[in-house]
Amino acid sequence: MEIKSMRFKANAEASLANVVLQGNLKNAKGKFVTKRAEAIKEIDDFEGTRDAAAAIRNKVIDNLDLWLERFETRAQETGATVLWAKDGAEVCRLVTEIARKHGVTKVTKSKSMLSEEAGLNQALEAAGIQPVETDLGEYILQVDNNEPPSHIIAPAVHKSLDDVADLFHKVHGTPRKTEIPALTREAREVLRGHFLSAEMGLSGGNFLVAETGSVALVTNEGNGRMVTTMPKVHVVITGIEKVIPTLEDLSTLMRLLPRSATGQSISNYFSILTGVKKPEEHDGPEHLYFVLVDSGRADVVGGEFHEMLRCIRCGACMNHCPVYQTIGGHAYGWVYPGPMGSVLTPLYAGIENSIDLPHAATLCNQCGVVCPVKIPLPDLLRKLREKQTDAGLRPLTERIGLRVWAWVAQRPALYGLGARVGARYLKWLAGEDKSIRLLPTAPEWTRGRDFPAPQGKTFRELYAARQNSAKGSA
Amino acid sequence: MSSREDILGRVRAALHRNAGNAAVAREVMMAALANRTPGPQPAVACEPQALLERFRVKSEQASSTVEVVATDAEVPAAIAKYLAAMKLPTTAVVWASLVALDWAAAGLKVEARGARDADLVGITGCFCAVAETGTLMMTSSPDTPAAVSLLPETHIAVVRAARIVPYMEDAWNLARAALGSLPRAVNFISGPSRTGDIEQTIVLGAHGPYRVHLVIVED
Ligand code: SF4
Repeated sequence: MEIKSMRFKANAEASLANVVLQGNLKNAKGKFVTKRAEAIKEIDDFEGTRDAAAAIRNKVIDNLDLWLERFETRAQETGATVLWAKDGAEVCRLVTEIARKHGVTKVTKSKSMLSEEAGLNQALEAAGIQPVETDLGEYILQVDNNEPPSHIIAPAVHKSLDDVADLFHKVHGTPRKTEIPALTREAREVLRGHFLSAEMGLSGGNFLVAETGSVALVTNEGNGRMVTTMPKVHVVITGIEKVIPTLEDLSTLMRLLPRSATGQSISNYFSILTGVKKPEEHDGPEHLYFVLVDSGRADVVGGEFHEMLRCIRCGACMNHCPVYQTIGGHAYGWVYPGPMGSVLTPLYAGIENSIDLPHAATLCNQCGVVCPVKIPLPDLLRKLREKQTDAGLRPLTERIGLRVWAWVAQRPALYGLGARVGARYLKWLAGEDKSIRLLPTAPEWTRGRDFPAPQGKTFRELYAARQNSAKGSA
Repeated sequence: MSSREDILGRVRAALHRNAGNAAVAREVMMAALANRTPGPQPAVACEPQALLERFRVKSEQASSTVEVVATDAEVPAAIAKYLAAMKLPTTAVVWASLVALDWAAAGLKVEARGARDADLVGITGCFCAVAETGTLMMTSSPDTPAAVSLLPETHIAVVRAARIVPYMEDAWNLARAALGSLPRAVNFISGPSRTGDIEQTIVLGAHGPYRVHLVIVED
């Protein structure tokens, strides 16, 4: 997918000004949060479970080479073919080759963020192979001119019922329906035909199990089951970091993933697929391929951002992010939005291609608190900011400003004076109504809202006064 | 250099891999693979009646309907009654493992085979069931095709009370003991298929069944 993250500021402003989108976001906001909060109450030892989940992910990531080899061997023993792709272009090439080899003309897809990363649909179309997205949200986006997803769990969360009603009326040529069940039924009927006629099914993978050489898929709609049961070829596209050790570990992670994602105790369907169909079996693919994808992941191993590789793509961090809730997912400009996207996009798509993303956070740590595998997202965002500054990627004015601040901050008397003068100046600037309409030195801060002005003493003045009175009373 | 070698090579370099630390790490890996200790589990009462009750409550929360019968022989009549009450067809595709029941006496016409698009009712057993979450565990085989619980709009599953286990981890142990390695497909099913992709409003019946009815056999 094309990276549009450099346009973050413009995208965010456009999102803020988009009345329809703001309405849809407001509608969605809160539902995920409340449902998750309810669901995690069912787990007696939630913190202990999070610790266990983080440990499971670390166990593999800390020795990823060995675990990958182990998974590969087991998968091959079950009759699967394991392929490796360095980048999106190689994913596209490999999948197209597999399709050609088996005479495939149509591919049904259940959700795969990696195929979005690689721009696989465009590549398949160019090769004369029809890709059909079958997750309802992804399908809605595909028939709306291949619009990119705005959320990793609910790709079309930015669309309203009215949007979908208009869209289906237009692309299906059917009478306009206004009930959600009727629209869902319409999509079901269109897609059923595709499920039965596609020669190849393509899925992502929530986890790869090293013990058994299996892929684990978490779905609700049943489309994941369809694309892995009906066609004669199944291709799994996953990142190299998705390996976990055992089926027991899978069960631990499953206590957290659906609860964190949609607030369900367990997803409707949870499929563990191993090898190919036996000759006497009625269903299942005759050929199974794994495409293990690097696309930037190998270079994160062992480095200062390696904790990000624990991510299980639950979406909780974006659901709880005040910035995401305000601007939606498209503003982030690539496949992954929200806090996890603000870390992943610079790592996978280039720090220079996503200058604003590490700053698209208030560092309030809501994301870190909810992350089921305890990824310290605010710390990682802060490290990315440091890296940008070190690499001279931030604007000159900001860099000079920080230098000046650092110089002053090392001189306590001067700093105290500056803070006192600053606070008084801001108070004077605000005047009667105690808030600043336009901050002359940083107009961006006051473009969308008024800036509340400091009204009293500085922290250091208050602290000194308190120390004094404490001494007096002692 | 192949992409495999390139990727693994960079991972190895990043981890400062050498023969010594590889041997140590491999031992740790083998121990992790052999470890069957479950992670933290929520409390689930394990007496048979409590297991059945929890399974029923959790299944209903997942929008399945549940009834309990005493013996196998009662299953066809119970299913016939359910189908009649729901005004559903009396023809069904079943798993071969269930075809021996006396369906004709209950007025039902069943065929044991793989599922087709036109099948409206699918009747299956299950490998076992998990009380923690109200979940069926299906293991695929020639006699237990996966599509029977997927293509039809109505899925009816026969669950043996003795096969209700507390946790998913118990289900893995049963599978390891009975099957050795995993079958092609293990499908855990918790209620009818659903989507929340339009305005996060849950709709039952996305691509799979619209309804799931469970008949628990106590005997
Ligand atoms: S970073 Fe954590 S909260 Fe965010 S998607 Fe990944 S696992 Fe979920």
